[in-house]
Amino acid sequence: MDKMPKWADIVLIPFISLFLAAFFSALVILAIGENPIAALKLMVDGALMRSAGWGYTLYYATNFIFTGLAVSVAFHARLFNIGGEGQAMLGGLGVALACLYIDWPHWSLAILGASVGAACFGALWALIPAYLQAKRGSHIVITTIMFNFIAAAILNYVLVELLRPVGAMDPASAKFPEAVHLPTFQDMFSTEGSKLFRGAPANVTFFLALLACLVVWVLIWKTRLGYEIRAFGESETAAKYAGISPVRITVIAMLISGALAGMMSVNTTMGESERLILNSTEGAGFIGIAVALMGRNHPFGVLLAAILFGFLYQGGAELALWTSIPRELIVVIQALVILFTGALDNMVREPLEKLFIAMRRRNA
Amino acid sequence: MDFLTLLQVLDTSVRLATPLLLACLAGLYSERSGVVDIGLEGKMLAAAFFSAAVAFYSGNAWVGLLAGVGASVALAIVHGLASITFRGNQLISGVAINFLAAGMTVLVAQSWFRQGGRTPPLQGDARFNPIELPFAIGPSDAAAADRPLSQLIAEAGPLQQFYSELISGHSSLVYLALLTVPFTWWLLFRTRFGLRLRAVGENPAAVDTAGVSVVWLRYAAVLLCGVLCGVAGAYLSSALQAGFVKDMTAGRGFIALAALIFAKWRPVYALGACLLFGLFQALELRPDIIENVIGLKVQVQLLGALPYILTVVILAGFVGKAIPPKASAQPYIKER
Repeated sequence: MDKMPKWADIVLIPFISLFLAAFFSALVILAIGENPIAALKLMVDGALMRSAGWGYTLYYATNFIFTGLAVSVAFHARLFNIGGEGQAMLGGLGVALACLYIDWPHWSLAILGASVGAACFGALWALIPAYLQAKRGSHIVITTIMFNFIAAAILNYVLVELLRPVGAMDPASAKFPEAVHLPTFQDMFSTEGSKLFRGAPANVTFFLALLACLVVWVLIWKTRLGYEIRAFGESETAAKYAGISPVRITVIAMLISGALAGMMSVNTTMGESERLILNSTEGAGFIGIAVALMGRNHPFGVLLAAILFGFLYQGGAELALWTSIPRELIVVIQALVILFTGALDNMVREPLEKLFIAMRRRNA
Repeated sequence: MDFLTLLQVLDTSVRLATPLLLACLAGLYSERSGVVDIGLEGKMLAAAFFSAAVAFYSGNAWVGLLAGVGASVALAIVHGLASITFRGNQLISGVAINFLAAGMTVLVAQSWFRQGGRTPPLQGDARFNPIELPFAIGPSDAAAADRPLSQLIAEAGPLQQFYSELISGHSSLVYLALLTVPFTWWLLFRTRFGLRLRAVGENPAAVDTAGVSVVWLRYAAVLLCGVLCGVAGAYLSSALQAGFVKDMTAGRGFIALAALIFAKWRPVYALGACLLFGLFQALELRPDIIENVIGLKVQVQLLGALPYILTVVILAGFVGKAIPPKASAQPYIKER
């Protein structure tokens, strides 16, 4: 049965879900005695009305593009990669090793090297859960959750015991050499007369993220492998009949997913902190879930959703600065988005489907 | 290492194992009915905050416990709506609940107490205080003899040391958690309700054919899960510690999930798994002890990660296979 027009599925449902999430967020703000309209205005002013605000918004969005793509590639193979956080942490380790131990002549080569390092470490961290899912039948959600915690322990150990410079107190690696400094938006877009993106951390990695969107789009919709991944996600039995190996697709999809999650660290570790710190991921791996759900697993949707979440993140920081609303409001909004677009999808979808069917009957 | 140090480590293990055990049994009910719950963490966290906050206002830990259970059950109902009524993705719902709790607790804590996302410290009856079992040496004996408690225990015989240090002196919730184990076993394996609950996690269609409501059974399991997570959270903030701090569950919900897999979804094994993981957490606090015993420095990070590593090994089926209930994470769609 043909149920709904495509536009309703792609545009209407996410918007209704988003509206519900926004509505409940507004209720939460009201309940803690603040004004939701004023809060929204403050967020827009702080995140979108100044170039520095955009600099932060796009910096956060870069992280979320990578983790959102990571989750969505796995989703296409009907695998729920909840381990983006751990993969990004180890990706950071890959970036740090590449930046600290290789003598790069120029940042453009360094970013390539660091990306390879990040992707390899992230993919490696996704490989074990993928193998266990494919070969031993252990549920990938549980193993990737466990691997997040194991990654945190490893990173903690490496930073405290191995990478910390002698005499330093905080668990962080040494500062990266000057040659691997990535151009920030301020370096790139400021002119003699006007300084743009002053002090904001957005950097050239944003364009790498845009490229990743394009590559993922080509991969999923224009290549044989992408077709196999989607076929496997739609129906494992049908895919098997078509000669697609479930083990191969599971492992490859998770490797790509892990590599994308790992590459997030190029932005945070190389682009912003310029050294490996303990909590550089800051939960971006999990936000990838919300971004992928809202973006309907399409790279363009992921891009839009990532920018929205970047705005929420930067706006939330502004709120915490100027009002008594703590940053955790963003976590609540993120939870509501995941709840309404992911878990309660049928709550929106079923009434809409009925509505469309009723309308079609009347027209016929 | 002397006997008394061993007892102290085990005593800490029991204290730390209690929230794991309650959450693990909570997950057991839910997962046995076919509803996967990775939102144990969030439910515990919400309960930890609301029990501490209400205990602070009312000055009564039991009233706080009720509030904590209420908050946890509210989240359990959300999970039930998403995964049973609207047949959504149970894993995604669990993720959402964890974030909802992580954000809301700090938001409400800041709005009520303005102390940076924590509650004021709980004192007196607002906490679950240790219960002194009969014949055990406790603080009252120390007060009567006007000497420190540790000295009195050190002078006692080994059996009395064992009894006073390890068995006695826990809060009532610890004993309650331990009693929940045989109760859960009895309920699941010796009652009609338990049989049906297990059946609905393996083959819901068969239960439906027998004329028993799948929806009702799963809601019952999810609500039981909510109640136990609520107790676990209340224990964290008003027995183990004195008040709520941001993110105080610190991954315990996931360790409980690991313990549940480690125990292969069986209540008595769950007790064993939780005590083992509790021991790891206790040793993490006292790394010097392992160094003394085996003469080797063990990284604290390794101890912290051990529950997760063990669970992956078990899941991989290298040491006995862990097979979840068959209908896990599958919404039941009644045929029409």
